[in-house]
Formats: sequence, structure tokens, C-alpha cells
Amino acid sequence: MLNTVNRLMARLFSSAFLLTASGYTLAEGGERSTINMPIGVTPISQDVYGLHMDIFWWCVGIGVVVFGVMFYSMIVHRKANGAKAANFHDSLALEVTWTILPFVILIIMAIPATKSLINLYDTSESEVDVVVTGYQWYWGYEYLDQDVSFFSRLSTPQEQIRNEAPKGENYLLEVDEPLVIPINKKIRFLVTSNDVIHAWWVPDFAVKRDAIPGYINESWAKVEKPGLYRGVCAELCGKDHGFMPIVVKAVPEAEYETWLADRREQAQKIKELAKKTFTLEELMAQGEQVYGQACLACHGANGEGGVGKAIAGSPIATGDIAAHLDIVVNGSSVNPAMAAFKDTLSEVDTAAVITYQRNAFGNNTGELVQPIDILKFKQGK
Amino acid sequence: MAHGPAKGFTRWLYTTNHKDIGSMYLWFSFAMFLLGGVFALVIRAELFEPGLQIVEPGFFNQMTTMHGLVMVFGAVMPAFVGLANWMIPMMVGAPDMALPRMNNWSFWILPFAFAMMVSTLFMEGGGPNFGWTFYAPLSTTYAPPSVTFFIFAVHIMGASSIMGSINIIATILNMRAPGMTLMKMPLFVWTWLITAYLLIAVMPVLAGVVTMMLMDIHFGTSFFDAAGGGDPVLFQHVFWFFGHPEVYIMILPAFGIVSAIIPTFARKPLFGYSSMVYATASIAFLSFIVWAHHMFTVGMPIAGELFFMYATMLIAVPTGVKVFNWVTTMFRGSMTFETPMLFSIAFVILFTIGGFSGLMLAIAPADFQYHDTYFVVAHFHYVLVPGAIFSITAGVYYWLPKWCGNMYNETMGKLQFWLAFIGLNLTFFPMHFVGLAGMQRRVPDYNQFFADFNMLSSMGAFLFGAAQILLLYNVISTIMGGKKATDEVWENPEGLEWTVASPAPYHTFSTPPEVK
Ligand code: HEC
Ligand SMILES: [Cu+2]
Repeated sequence: MLNTVNRLMARLFSSAFLLTASGYTLAEGGERSTINMPIGVTPISQDVYGLHMDIFWWCVGIGVVVFGVMFYSMIVHRKANGAKAANFHDSLALEVTWTILPFVILIIMAIPATKSLINLYDTSESEVDVVVTGYQWYWGYEYLDQDVSFFSRLSTPQEQIRNEAPKGENYLLEVDEPLVIPINKKIRFLVTSNDVIHAWWVPDFAVKRDAIPGYINESWAKVEKPGLYRGVCAELCGKDHGFMPIVVKAVPEAEYETWLADRREQAQKIKELAKKTFTLEELMAQGEQVYGQACLACHGANGEGGVGKAIAGSPIATGDIAAHLDIVVNGSSVNPAMAAFKDTLSEVDTAAVITYQRNAFGNNTGELVQPIDILKFKQGK
Repeated sequence: MAHGPAKGFTRWLYTTNHKDIGSMYLWFSFAMFLLGGVFALVIRAELFEPGLQIVEPGFFNQMTTMHGLVMVFGAVMPAFVGLANWMIPMMVGAPDMALPRMNNWSFWILPFAFAMMVSTLFMEGGGPNFGWTFYAPLSTTYAPPSVTFFIFAVHIMGASSIMGSINIIATILNMRAPGMTLMKMPLFVWTWLITAYLLIAVMPVLAGVVTMMLMDIHFGTSFFDAAGGGDPVLFQHVFWFFGHPEVYIMILPAFGIVSAIIPTFARKPLFGYSSMVYATASIAFLSFIVWAHHMFTVGMPIAGELFFMYATMLIAVPTGVKVFNWVTTMFRGSMTFETPMLFSIAFVILFTIGGFSGLMLAIAPADFQYHDTYFVVAHFHYVLVPGAIFSITAGVYYWLPKWCGNMYNETMGKLQFWLAFIGLNLTFFPMHFVGLAGMQRRVPDYNQFFADFNMLSSMGAFLFGAAQILLLYNVISTIMGGKKATDEVWENPEGLEWTVASPAPYHTFSTPPEVK
């Protein structure tokens, strides 16, 4: 606390009032100002930064004149100094001047702003198309015509948020899987939502687009510099609005192609696996892992429960399989803490974790659930 | 005079006296101001440091929502209506408001509306948590069950505002003293006349949009539900068609107040009276054609984007005229700096700063960076807190001696001013920085990168809050006693209200004054 206050004081005197962009590093993105907009790494973001600074300096200029006159009167024309009040109260010339003058300034500003806007709206001739979908509370990315899609979630551990562990440098600005894009290519983002309105915002690209259910909004970026660029959801979207960051990794084209091929292969593998039949041992081994990552926090290391109900001896985990599939795939209808895992766990993982729950913690039902069962269940058969 | 006030509680319950009703409005609004302030302090306490310390994210959202709703509909609007009730009849030389019984009714439904709205915080699923702008479908399909109470509360507030506006228009147009032509009316009366028209134009639109929500939630319609063929963006268009004029509703009467105070303490007539009237009317007109500047990122066609950018930039012209007029009024005056003047000067300076950031926000391409960040929060707090809150406070100090016949404590008033002034700037100025640096609004937690300025904002907020207690104390002790005020109170102030005794008798201008 004392430290923070000290730091605060130092910061105050060094930068805030000087309006010089004091450098500060935020992750791999490079130097970043704590008091001003990033210049960013796309032609648009640099353009926008220019507009922002232009209009800012216009405002400063007008402010100096207006406040100058005001402070001059307040100091000189005070009764305590024996000032006698004049009695003028109208001047057409003045009124006309200060109507026309701002108008002219506005036109000077409007011209470059119009140009930038037209450029910002020109999403034609894109080279890579990414569909960005907002979910409560994570992002989904899909590369059009590439058969590659995945989800991207906050990876900051709860302990850091709850102040039980020191916060990492990219606290709340880190995800499990970043969006990967090639540099120097025109990337088109097609932004939409699956539930409420979100907004996909990456300051370094000057891209901010509302993700609206039923709409597909377009935006684009041509990133000039490889690096990790961080952003956030900008539109209030419910409880975890502050916890659905964006990380974009811009890489040279060759690297992007390798990555894409990798992802495509992985996707293929997962699809094939879903058709395979596994042994109990295989499913149990995989299931234990999945359970540890996705379920343990609420259901306990020994299935004893916690936030979630106990799995050991649970009527669902030892009873009707359909009910078990239903609660894991679709979530609980009474308690939203038990979320639907249909989009987040693959068929193989779902089958493994259900098998695990039905055979671990003394449940010993001896029953197997295969990925194909999950697939059928999801397709409503 | 025919008779004085009745005794006991029924005086307040049954009163049709504009002064009583004005006082009730003002007290109610102050209570709401404190309540909304408490919500704001919960927000600032949580944001004091990174990490979740005090509240859960879900509750945090209820706080931001309630803070906005209570401040806009509970604190600022009723305060202006209270001042209108007190001052408009006295300023135009009328014995009372034109429709006194409706006046009583429009006040007394308010406490019920707010009791209903605040009670949602204690309901299953919590209160409204979708922001004061309540965008669908977060406020419909995904809303807590209490949203229905919120909708009814908004209906009642809207009814209250509409009744209040009709009353104000009727009073101004029909009850002016002989010789009080329109272009002789004090600017406070003018700005309120225009505000009242704005209210009548847009409150039904607000009622419409919440009714559409109600239909979506309970009657199976799909106005805003994309899955049923509806359109979530439609919500925003309708909301902001109300919402943008709404922000002018909260600022035009403020223009009127400082236009009364600055000439008094500069001892010089208001510069450019008629241009002030025309500027107010132009601002009111423009307020209807700029709404979509709140929606630059929703994906409007570029033609719409450009239209709303140009229209929004235009607002700077009449607003600039007003600021230049105030400054010129001070120029070559003979100024003193009593508390109302201090608040008014701060109003001009800080409102202008808010205007500057508004101009920046109008630049559509740049708005893609500013939108929904703390830069916007800084902007609208710079126009609303010094704009509405400071002007109301200035008005209270200015007219309080007329209301209760006693002078307030000047030293304490000045102390409150400086605390509030410093607190306000500490709270909201750093928000420009964190916003530009990338912090989005309406989040309970943030990266350490934004920590220093957030801590500063939080400290400022508590200071600002503390200053308001001083106001309360000062007002109460002035009502209880103190140095007697003269009828004029100030040095040669302009206006009919200064021609009646201090305190103003229960009934004023039973026979209309003659205005030359
Ligand atoms: C955020 C906490 C949380 C996580 C993580 C979680 N659950 Fe749950 N789970 C719950 C809650 C709460 C319930 C009780 C739901 C109810 O009352 O309907 C529950 C219920 C269940 C039940 C039904 C138990 C019974 O007897 O009714 C099963 C089976 C289950 N979860 C499986 C899983 C699996 C498999 C995972 C991991 C893939 C998982 N859960 C992850 C919170 C969680
Ligand atoms: Cu979101």
C-alpha cells in the first residue's frame, strides 16, 4: 500500500501533468503509454492516432484562448482590485465571429476524418477472413474456408483474481489460445455474437466492432509488425464482461501457414478419433486428465463435491447414462454454475470424463461411454 | 396573504404550493444523490486496486447500473424540476404553477418509482445489471427477473417528467406577468421551456422502448431478439433517440442557472442574451439528429456514420457561443467570488473541458478507439458533474437565502467548493488517461498497468463524497438560523425573485407585478 502510494506520487509528478507519453512496457507489444492512445501497428491505427492528436491540439489551442481570457478577467477585473464594471452586453460582430470560426475549424477536422472513415470501412479484397464470435464470456475464432476454429478464454488463474497469488504481468489480458494472423496481409474480421452484445477491440489495430447476435459486422487490419497484441471486450455483456480478453499473435506468413496446417491436422485427428472405440483404461487415463482440468475445481479431487454436487455416489453418475450425458453436454437447468460443455470439450474428452466419473471415486459402474455416443447425443439421437 | 401552510405531514402530502413542492423535489433529489453516490463509492472502492476485493462482478454491474439510473432520473432531473418549481413562478411573476394539483401528483409518484427500483437490489437474481443504457438482449432475454420492476419504475418516472413538463410549459406560456415578454424572460425560464419540450418529445420514446422490452420478456414478441427475427440494434436507435436529448435535458437548465449567477457576481449584464436563447434552441434541435454517435461501432452504413459525425461536430458551434458569452460577461466586470460564483466559474471551465472531449468523441474514426472506454466515462462525468451537479449546487447557494431568509455560511460554502472541485478533478481527470491507454468501462477489475490512476480516481471520489456532507450541513444550518438575508440578497441582482421579501412568502405575486 505504502509502495503504491509512493509510486503514485512519483508518477504524478513525472508524467501525468507533463502530457509527455511516459513509456511503460506492456508485454511483448513494446513500449506503451499509460496516458495516451497507442499509435498501433496498422495504417488505420496510425491514422486514427494522428486524428486524435490533431483534434486534441485544436482543443488545447481553443482552451488556451478561452481560459486565458477568463483567467485574465478573474485576476484583473475583480471588485477587490477596484474594477468598475463596464456595461456592454451585445456585439453582433463578435457573435458572428465566434460562430464562423469554430465552424471553419470543424471543417478542417472533418475532411481528414472523412477520409479515414472511408478507409476504415473498406473491407474489400481481404486475404484472410476470420469469423469472430462473442460468447458469454469468451471468444470463438473461425478461419473461413480453412476448417480451423477454436475458442479463446481468459487464462489468468482465479487465485490471482482473488488476490491469493501475485498477479502476472498480463493479468486479465492473457488467453489460453491466441488468434494467430499473418503480418502484411489484409485480414478481415467478421464479428458476430452467440448471445448478448459484445465488442471485439484491439487498440493496436484500432479495430473495435460490436458483436451483435444476428449481425455480422466487418472490420479489417493489416498488421505491420509481428508481436502479441492484447485487447478486451468493450461492450458490457454480463457478469464476466471484464474477463474475456483478446490476444492476437501476428507472425510472418510462413509461420502462419505452418500453424494453420498444424491446426487443420489436429482438427482432422479429433474428428477421426471421435469415430474410434477406446478401452476402459484409455478412457480412464484421458478422463482423469480432463477431470483435473475442467471439473475438479467444483467437484473435488475425490469427487466429494464443493461448489458442485458430489460425484462419488451421485445418483446421476451412477444411474441413467442419458441424464449424465445431458448434464455434462447441456449443463444444469437449475444451477448455471454447472455449465454446458458441448462447445468446450471435444467428443473424446467428454466421453472420457463421463466414463471416468462413472468408474472413479468408488462409483465402479463398469460402464463405458464412447465418443460416438456423445456425437449421437449431440445430434439428438 | 390568504393563508399560510397547513400543519404537520399533510401539509406535504396534500400541498399544491409550488414552493413546498419545489422543496420536496430538492430534498428527494439530494437523498437520491447520496444514494447514487454510495453506489459510486462501492464502484470506486472495488476499483481502488486490481483484483476482486469487495464485491462480486455480478453485484458490481448492479452498482454501475443503479448509480447511473439513480443519478440521472433520481438526482439530476428532480433537482432541476425542484428549482423550476421554486423559481419559475417567481421569475415570471406568477402566483403558482399553472396546474398545482398535477404538480403534487408528479412529485409524489417519484418516491414510489424509486422505492420499487431500489428494492430490486434485494430480489432474487439481484437488480438491473445491464448498465443504465440497458441494451437488449442483455436487458431482456438475459436479464434478472427483477427487470420487470425496473420497467415499471421507468414508466412512472416518465409519467412524472411528462406531467412536470406540461406544467412548466403551461406556466411559462400562460402565467407571465404583464410586460414579461418571451424575450425578457430570464434564461433559466427559457432553458427550462426548451427542456420541457424535449422531455415531452422523448419520454414517450423511453416509455416505448421499455414497453417493447416488457413485451419481449413476457408476451413472446421479438422486437429485440435476433433469433425471433428482431433486431438488437433497433433497441439502441430507439434508446438513444431518447438518450441523447436526455443528456441535454440535464444540461440546458444548468445553462440557465449559470446565466443568472455570472452576471450577478460580475456586476454586468449577461452578454448576448438573444444569442443565448437561439443557441439553446439550436442545441435542442441538434440533439434530435445526433443520437447515433453513441453507436459508431454497431456497424452502421458509412453514410449514416458520416451524417452523425458531422451533425455531432456541429453541436460545438452553439455550445461554443454559450461559453464565449459567459466569458465575455465576466470580461471587464467587477467580479467577486462568492460560493455560487465559484461553482459557476468551475462549471464554465470544466464543462468546456467535457465539451472538448466531446468534440474528440465526435470524430468517428477516433471514436472507434474511445468508445466504451474510461475516456467516455471521463467525458460524460466532466459534462454532468460540473455541468448538472455544480450548477444545481450553485443555484442552491444562490437562491437559498431567498428561500429561507438566512445567509449560508460563506466560509463553509467555499470550503465545500474547493473540496468538491479537487475531488472531482482527481476522480475524473485520470479517467481520460486510463481510457486512452486501453481500459474499457464497466469492469470490476483491471491490469496493474491502470492501477495508479485508478487509485487516484478512487481517492478523489471519496473526497468528492465527503464534500457533499458539508453541503448538507450548510443547508440545514442555514434553514435553522443564521444571519438574516436582505430582500435583494446580492448586489443588484436581476430578476423578479429579488423583489419579494426574504424568505419568500408562502404566496408570492398574488397580484401580478408590472414588468417594464
Ligand atoms: C463451476 C463449477 C463446476 C464445474 C467446473 C463443473 N461442475 Fe458439474 N456441477 C456443478 C454444480 C453446481 C452442479 C449441481 C447442478 C444442479 O444442482 O443441477 C454440478 C452437477 C454435476 C453433475 C450431476 C451431479 C448430481 O448428482 O446431480 C455431474 C455429473 C457433473 N456436474 C459433471 C461435471 C463434469 C464432468 C465437469 C467437468 C467437465 C463438471 N461437472 C464441472 C458445478 C460444476
Ligand atoms: Cu463480452
